[in-house]
Amino acid sequence: MVDKRMTEAEVVSRLRSGMTIGIGGWGSRRKPMSLVRAILRSDLTDLTVVSYGGPDVGLLCAAGKVRKVVFGFVSLDSIALDPHFRAARQSGSIEVAEYDEGMLQWGLYAAGIRVPFLPTRAGLGSDVMTRNPDLKVVADPYGGDDTVAMPAIHLDAAIVHMNRADIHGNAQFLGPDPYFDDIFCMAAEQAFVSVERIVPTAELTAQAHPATLRINRLVVTGVVEAVGGAHFTSCVPDYDRDEAFQRDYVKAAGDPGTWQAFNDRYLSGSESDYRKAVAARAQEVLA
Amino acid sequence: MTGTQMVAQTATRAEVCVVACADAFRGDGEILASAFGTIPAIGVRLARHTFSPDLMLTDGEAYLVRGTWPVGGPAVGDVEGWSPFRTVFDLVWHGKRHVMMIPSQVDPFGSTNISAIGDYRAPKVQLLGVRGAPGNTVYHPTSYWVPKHSTRAFVPQVDMVSGVGNDRAAAAGPGASRHHDLRRIVTDLAVFDFQPGTGALRLASVHPGVSVEDVAVATGFPLVIDGDVPVSRLPTAEELQLIREVLDPKSLRDKEVAP
Repeated sequence: MVDKRMTEAEVVSRLRSGMTIGIGGWGSRRKPMSLVRAILRSDLTDLTVVSYGGPDVGLLCAAGKVRKVVFGFVSLDSIALDPHFRAARQSGSIEVAEYDEGMLQWGLYAAGIRVPFLPTRAGLGSDVMTRNPDLKVVADPYGGDDTVAMPAIHLDAAIVHMNRADIHGNAQFLGPDPYFDDIFCMAAEQAFVSVERIVPTAELTAQAHPATLRINRLVVTGVVEAVGGAHFTSCVPDYDRDEAFQRDYVKAAGDPGTWQAFNDRYLSGSESDYRKAVAARAQEVLA
Repeated sequence: MTGTQMVAQTATRAEVCVVACADAFRGDGEILASAFGTIPAIGVRLARHTFSPDLMLTDGEAYLVRGTWPVGGPAVGDVEGWSPFRTVFDLVWHGKRHVMMIPSQVDPFGSTNISAIGDYRAPKVQLLGVRGAPGNTVYHPTSYWVPKHSTRAFVPQVDMVSGVGNDRAAAAGPGASRHHDLRRIVTDLAVFDFQPGTGALRLASVHPGVSVEDVAVATGFPLVIDGDVPVSRLPTAEELQLIREVLDPKSLRDKEVAP
C-alpha cells in the first residue's frame, strides 16, 4: 500500500497559481493552518479559495494570494469578522461568489458525486441569485416546485486538517464535528490531509468508533503530520482555539505597521519557526 | 400591590425582550430552536423550561442537550442527539426548525441583510456573509432579534437580501414561498409580526415605557399599524426568577440591552 506521507512544502509543490482550492474546517475551527502558512510562503497566486471561511481566508487575502473567494461566511467565531477578508472586500480587490452555506455544501457534494448540479430551494428570492447571475432556476421534470440548480464546485485541490491518520490517508476526526472535510476531499482532483499525529492503522480504532474515520484513503493524495497544524484555530480534543493569539492576529491587522511586525514575527520563517515564535509568545504572556 | 404590578415595576427592558423572544417559540412543539444573541438564547431556554417543553436545543457546538443551563457557559444536561453542521443543514431543509437571527438591515416586508452594506463589489462594510439565511427563510420558520432598533437597522431597502422577505418569496414562486414562514421581529423597543395579505411588517406591541411614536422615529419606513397597539407582556414572577437566578445570573442580557 502506498505511503502517502509528505511535507507541507511537497503539498505546495503540487499546487499551481490560478487553481481552485477548497479548505476544510469551519470558521476558526480545525483549519489546515500549517498548509495555509506554506502557501503564504510560496509564490502561488491568483487562487480561487472555497471555504467555510475563517482566518485561512483572511491570511491568504492579506498575502495577496487570492483572486476570488467562494463562501457563505467568513468568521473567527469568538470574534465575528476576519479583518483581512473585510479589508479585501471593502477595497474591492477580490472577486466573490457568495452562496447560502447549504448551497456551498451542495455544490461540493455535486462535484464529489459527479452530477452537474443539485436542486435546492435555498437561494430562491434572495440576492444570492442576483449576485450570481449564472445560477439557474430549473423546473421540476415531475411537476413540483422550481428549484435552484446549484452547480458542482470542482476543486483542483482540497486541504483539510484532521486529528489522526495512517500513512495511507485514512483520516479521523476526534472532536464533535467532522465539518465538511470529507466532501471537500471528494470534490477535489487532489486532496491533502494534515493531521496532529500519524499512527498505525490499528491504533485509529483502538479507542474510537470506526465512524470517526470520516475520510478514506481512496480520496487522499497526501498526508502531512503537522503537530499544532490547526493553530490558532481549534482542534479539539487535541487543543482549543488559541483565543489570545487570535486576538493578537485581529489587533495586528488593524494597521499596516503592526501587521508587518506580526508577519515578520510569525509568518516569515518555516513552520518550525512559527511554532517557536508561538511558544515564545506564550512564555512572554506567562512572565 | 398585586403580583403583576410588582413585576411591572421591576422587570427591565432586557427581561421584557427575553419573554418576547421566548413567546416567538410558543406552540412550536418538537422542533430545533436555534437562537443567535444573548437575549434570544435566554428566551428559548425559558420557553423550553416553561411553556414549550418539547423544543430541542444545541450546546452551540454539535450536541443536542436537554436541561436548563445559564448563558455564557457550557451546556449542562443529558445529550440527546448529535447535530454536527451537516445534520443541522439537513434539519434546516427538512423544516423542523425555527431560527432567530440578528439582521443588520430589515426592510418593510422582512427581507434582511447580514452580508454587506453598500456597493456589493466593494462594500462600505463587509459583514458575515449570507450564511444560512437564504435557506433558513425559504425552508422553515424564521424570526429576528434586533438589539438596537434604529433607522440604520430598519431601512426602506436592504443592500444584499440574505433572509428572504414576504414580497420576495411571493415573487419567486412556490419554490420559495411554500415553506416560507416569517414569524416575528423582536427589538429593544417593540415586537413586529406580519400583516396577513400584504406581508408587511406590522407593529404588534411596544415595550413598557415605549410609545408608538418612539418606534416610528426609530424606523426608516412608515409603520403599519392595525388598530390599537398593546404593550408587550411582562415576565411573570416565575419567569423573572428563572431569568435572574438560573438562566442569566451574570446579567449578560444587560450588555445587549441596557437596563
